[in-house]
Amino acid sequence: MTARFYQTGTFAVGGRLLDEDNRSGQSDPERPNAITKGHRACQGCGEALGARYVLDAAVAASGGKLIAANGTGCLEVFSTPSPETSWRIPWIHSLFANAPSVATGVAAALRAKGRTDVRVVGQGGDGGTVDIGFACLSGMFERNDDVLYICYDNQGYMNTGVQRSAATPAGARTATSEPLGGHPGADFGEGKSAPLIAMAHEIPYVATATVAELRDLEQKVARAMEIHGARYIHVLVPCPLGWGHPTDQTIQIARLAKESGLFPVFEAVGGRITSVSHIRRKVPVEEYLRAQRRFAHLFAREGRPDVVARLQELADRNIERYGLLDDDGGDVSIDLLEALATAEKGAV
Amino acid sequence: MREQMEGSVAVARAVGRCRPEVVCAYPITPQTHIVEALSRMARKDELGRCEVINVESEFAAMSVAIGASAAGARSYTATASQGLLYMAEALFNASGLGLPIVMTCANRAVGSPINIWNDHSDAMGMRDCGWIQLYVVDNQEAVDVHIQAFRIAEELSTPVMVCMDGFVLTHAMEPIEIPAQEQVDALLPPFKPRQVLDPDDPISIGAMVGPEAFTEVRYLAHAKQVEALDLVPKVAEEFQERFGRTSGGLLERYRSDDAETVVLALGSVVGTISEVIDELRAQGTSIGVVALKLFRPFPLHELREALAHARRVVVLERAFAVGMGGIVSSDVRAALAGLPVETHTVIAGLGGRAITRRSLRTLFAQALAGELGELHFLDLRTDIIEHELMLDAADGARPGPHAESILRELGIVAAGPV
Repeated sequence: MTARFYQTGTFAVGGRLLDEDNRSGQSDPERPNAITKGHRACQGCGEALGARYVLDAAVAASGGKLIAANGTGCLEVFSTPSPETSWRIPWIHSLFANAPSVATGVAAALRAKGRTDVRVVGQGGDGGTVDIGFACLSGMFERNDDVLYICYDNQGYMNTGVQRSAATPAGARTATSEPLGGHPGADFGEGKSAPLIAMAHEIPYVATATVAELRDLEQKVARAMEIHGARYIHVLVPCPLGWGHPTDQTIQIARLAKESGLFPVFEAVGGRITSVSHIRRKVPVEEYLRAQRRFAHLFAREGRPDVVARLQELADRNIERYGLLDDDGGDVSIDLLEALATAEKGAV
Repeated sequence: MREQMEGSVAVARAVGRCRPEVVCAYPITPQTHIVEALSRMARKDELGRCEVINVESEFAAMSVAIGASAAGARSYTATASQGLLYMAEALFNASGLGLPIVMTCANRAVGSPINIWNDHSDAMGMRDCGWIQLYVVDNQEAVDVHIQAFRIAEELSTPVMVCMDGFVLTHAMEPIEIPAQEQVDALLPPFKPRQVLDPDDPISIGAMVGPEAFTEVRYLAHAKQVEALDLVPKVAEEFQERFGRTSGGLLERYRSDDAETVVLALGSVVGTISEVIDELRAQGTSIGVVALKLFRPFPLHELREALAHARRVVVLERAFAVGMGGIVSSDVRAALAGLPVETHTVIAGLGGRAITRRSLRTLFAQALAGELGELHFLDLRTDIIEHELMLDAADGARPGPHAESILRELGIVAAGPV
């Protein structure tokens, strides 16, 4: 069985309680450090943390033979201020929108050269993935190209100064979704679920994860790397700058996103959800929202209890749809079409 | 041995001889027959270890080529028109990264109005994207220049666009010789990338560069491209030695060395122009043509040398810079700076309008009589223009788009009478 731990803030915790085989890759002093020290990420950056776990797990799974294609965005900018680079793996940045296609090209080249030992990861933020790069992503999915694509989702265009993306949640203030004129922040009934759309492509593996459960993230990367074809992992990475939370609260905020039901953590194989990460201690969405300045307008003066209530309904719907509170302790199987049938736009 | 075949099929077979490792493309008229033929060849196992990828857009096509080239694979794609523009961002990126991708541009007009026929608006629109641009005059040259293009691209680590006229060449059946594999192998050694994504020697490609170095990076890109002015003729010479025929190079002169009037043109129209020049020469007229084969980098000095003796130069262009006039002729004027050579820009053959011998005869007669202005439009229907301007000037009514209005007035569409 797979042991799961609450991450409590250090690399080593949890690892000490496990036999060596089950320890986090990060507890290994010989870890690959695919993205190494010296980069320019903000203090408390969820993306830097997520990328570190993802790539080290992928490097380990590939036996050190990994190539990464990166879309434009925070991760690209903070890791490669020329002539410096934080990458200890072969890494290419081409454009904002084309990381999935560049990854496809790398994979095709490797196949043509018979280099089946080398694996390919594509990665980008939510803007580069679910908005501008979505056509490339969908093309890579439908061709089932041998690429593991990681979306580091910080729910907005943080690199350009916090603007709304299609991954920005309803109610969130961004520089282009201000709570003015009766708008709740980002509007309800907008946005998309990239993981569900990925599942609709019936690619072999889709998963969501957060930086609150880093062992879970590592394990998902390891599982994805056991498979060939198009794979997608969508990682929630809180952004202290854009979300407005203290830099030491990144992991806590990610945990609240999952524990409230707003961000369902699951795995899907071949278009069916096969396991969900259950809520351990359910929290009202208010607890998650109050911890972030991007939702502060919902609680200022008379507040927007109507908006908070709608967000709670969204969380409750997720809990029901994904079975996030079910205590069956085993695998689940959720039919995607059934799940989507209840997912009418703006239903909540 | 020459075989009768379509230009597109010939290009596909030539590309196949170049041992491509990744071919990725999105279909667009008039490029389709090239990628169809390559796909067929791949499925029949005639391309060796080559991955053919049907992508979802031209933007993805160029992006896949970027990834493949950066991973050390010889990469090829083909496009035209809107497709070339849709990959614009990736074109700049490929050249900025110094990736030796080879691409065919089956030249076609750019809309709106949408138009599938031949002119050079697409490639000229991407003039400054950092790609070497080669133009071919016929299908044999298209075959030969594609082989040269891989050699040039890989030697300079710079992408190369081979421009061939859509339909006029891509869809024309001609006797064409496809070089033998050994011949191509001798001219084109295996691809040795200057940079490669390799887990055994990890590098970061595509890092951010700020104002402290950006100008120098661009300067070096320019210097690299200018090297093509030496390399392109060198490869053309080597090609001639190995294959026994002339193809490619910077420019080709036809009866122009002693000509008082020199026509300058790119692409397949050079053939028609040459025929008219033969007629005029037979009548004792001093006229010749220079075919420009390399447009980027622009061979300023060689062109100056080829044109300096002329009294007048007529630049016949199949593209048009709205608000300015000629595109190629601006560069030609730069090449002729300080010389007492009259230069005329003639915009011709836009959106597939045939450039006929009759039109050319009239045009050259006007030029010889000193009646040609600085900017001239071949076969322009001034009656239609006047009618449209009148509609525009009319009070009250909403004039609507010109394209539909003109077609209504003419009573025809491309296929014939309405």
